[in-house]
Amino acid sequence: MSIDENTAARVAKLARIKVEPDALPALAQEFNGILGFIEQLSEVDVEGVEPMTSVTPQRLKRRVDEVTDGDQQEKILKNAPDAREGFFAVPKVVE
Amino acid sequence: MSDLNKLGLAEARDALRAGDTTSEELTEACLKAIDGAGALNAFVHHTPEIALEQAAKADARLKEGDAPAMCGLPIGMKDLFCTKGVPSQAGSRILQGFLPEYESTVSQNLFDAGAVMLGKLNMDEFAMGSSNETSVYGNAVNPWRRGNDDAALTPGGSSGGSAAAVAADLCLAATGTDTGGSIRQPAAFTGITGIKPTYGRCSRWGVVAFASSLDQAGPMTKNVRDAAIMLEAMCSYDAKDSTSADLPVPNFEAALTGDVRGKKIGIPKEYRMEGMPEEIEALWQDGIAMMKDAGAEIVDISLPHTKYALPAYYVIAPAEASSNLARYDGVRYGHRATLDQGDGITEMYEKTRAEGFGPEVQRRVMVGTYVLSAGFYDAYYNRARKVRTLIKRDFENVFAQGIDSILTPATPSAAFGLGEMADADPVQMYLNDVFTVTVNLAGLPGIAVPTGTDRQGLPLALQLIGRPWEEADLLSSAYALERAAGFVAKPEKWW
Repeated sequence: MSIDENTAARVAKLARIKVEPDALPALAQEFNGILGFIEQLSEVDVEGVEPMTSVTPQRLKRRVDEVTDGDQQEKILKNAPDAREGFFAVPKVVE
Repeated sequence: MSDLNKLGLAEARDALRAGDTTSEELTEACLKAIDGAGALNAFVHHTPEIALEQAAKADARLKEGDAPAMCGLPIGMKDLFCTKGVPSQAGSRILQGFLPEYESTVSQNLFDAGAVMLGKLNMDEFAMGSSNETSVYGNAVNPWRRGNDDAALTPGGSSGGSAAAVAADLCLAATGTDTGGSIRQPAAFTGITGIKPTYGRCSRWGVVAFASSLDQAGPMTKNVRDAAIMLEAMCSYDAKDSTSADLPVPNFEAALTGDVRGKKIGIPKEYRMEGMPEEIEALWQDGIAMMKDAGAEIVDISLPHTKYALPAYYVIAPAEASSNLARYDGVRYGHRATLDQGDGITEMYEKTRAEGFGPEVQRRVMVGTYVLSAGFYDAYYNRARKVRTLIKRDFENVFAQGIDSILTPATPSAAFGLGEMADADPVQMYLNDVFTVTVNLAGLPGIAVPTGTDRQGLPLALQLIGRPWEEADLLSSAYALERAAGFVAKPEKWW
């Protein structure tokens, strides 16, 4: 499996990271190096093996479905790069 | 008392309780050592006011005879832990200016135990790295050098600042986190002790997430006893972390008998890697002889899927990272890129993340995105999770045979030079974690103990891997190894 520049550009887009077109060949090459290394996994016989979901065999705790937290608007907005009138502010998303 | 910063946790605790010193004196000694150690770039956010205030409170408690386990002991905190009102950037530009409104469970536990925080410690960006060279703060520097060569060496990573600070006596101990070896490898590179407990022992709440199924916090200390003391203070059941273990935390220090008579110690043949330096092999053989002399039974074992641990890790960890790091979008906290006229929200995300993440983080987020994308999910991600099951099964099989712990080298080499790996393939850097990463994949406890030096005088360490939840037994075996090895070397001060 080899990654070309178009695939690298598509992955960058999916990851929401801007990559300049002239950086794509090097990026594709790095991906290929890493994926080549990962490719070793295809040697392993995984027939009938369950994919791991939890490394420690413990049942997740349950609790009553009720509100345990809230009224922290000020704290939540405190670190926002742009907060206005009690909201996070972002560039216009609707025309 | 002089050179108070050079004390370990147990020594300082005993001195405090005997009234031979005060927390304020200890704290002042550390703050002075930190001020004189700018060249190591270990502390990246200094909190002397918090430290002195905590020290004064600790001294009052000591006077009242109401001193908890770590009362008055000054430590450093890895930048990955969110600390209320104190910069917590995970070594990343994207969290510049972020001041948490909350305290991580582990740091809160330490404060509840009376610990004093001197400041935040350098680390690889989002804990992704093995040399502390991906940090937004610049490299942390190893206090150790190769003989008379003044070339700057890496303290390892990702907890490089923690390792450098403890080895250079800037603090009595430090917190670290370990996703693939980030406590044990830097501990090995700097001649200190570092333990990653069983997955679930320490709460991950308030620790900036890298790969949630692998991340664990742990202490980095000057010796095994200190590791036992600090680990106990860090551990707790925490309802805010759904993977936190609701198990009692044992008194780890009380379990330090160092008696390994009759214990079965496994030596996995797959850890004898091709091209492994002779010094590492010799170190390992010496360690085996020490444990045997101490009365342990040495058993050759096989962990057949070891070879596939690193490739599985480099699917699972980036996959989880790509998901965890999706939150850095320039909306809720941290950096937001300056936008051009007409830029919409997608441009804001893309520019913010391109500016805020360094190259290694970008690489891993994109690799993770790729292995999770439609058409590749089964081939890469699901296959890696199946291989992870097999790696864990390898360990379960040897433990079922009665093996108590497993002895391996901690790293494939001593500390290397900063910049030496700059032109290497990213995969070359990943090989640093070849002996440690299996332990994260299987969720087991592992500890690095310094046991020797290489021919250039740099520290080398062995790793002991324990059964799940049996940190007490593991620490006791590590204590036996520490006593037998008698490693006491310290770096010569040049900074």
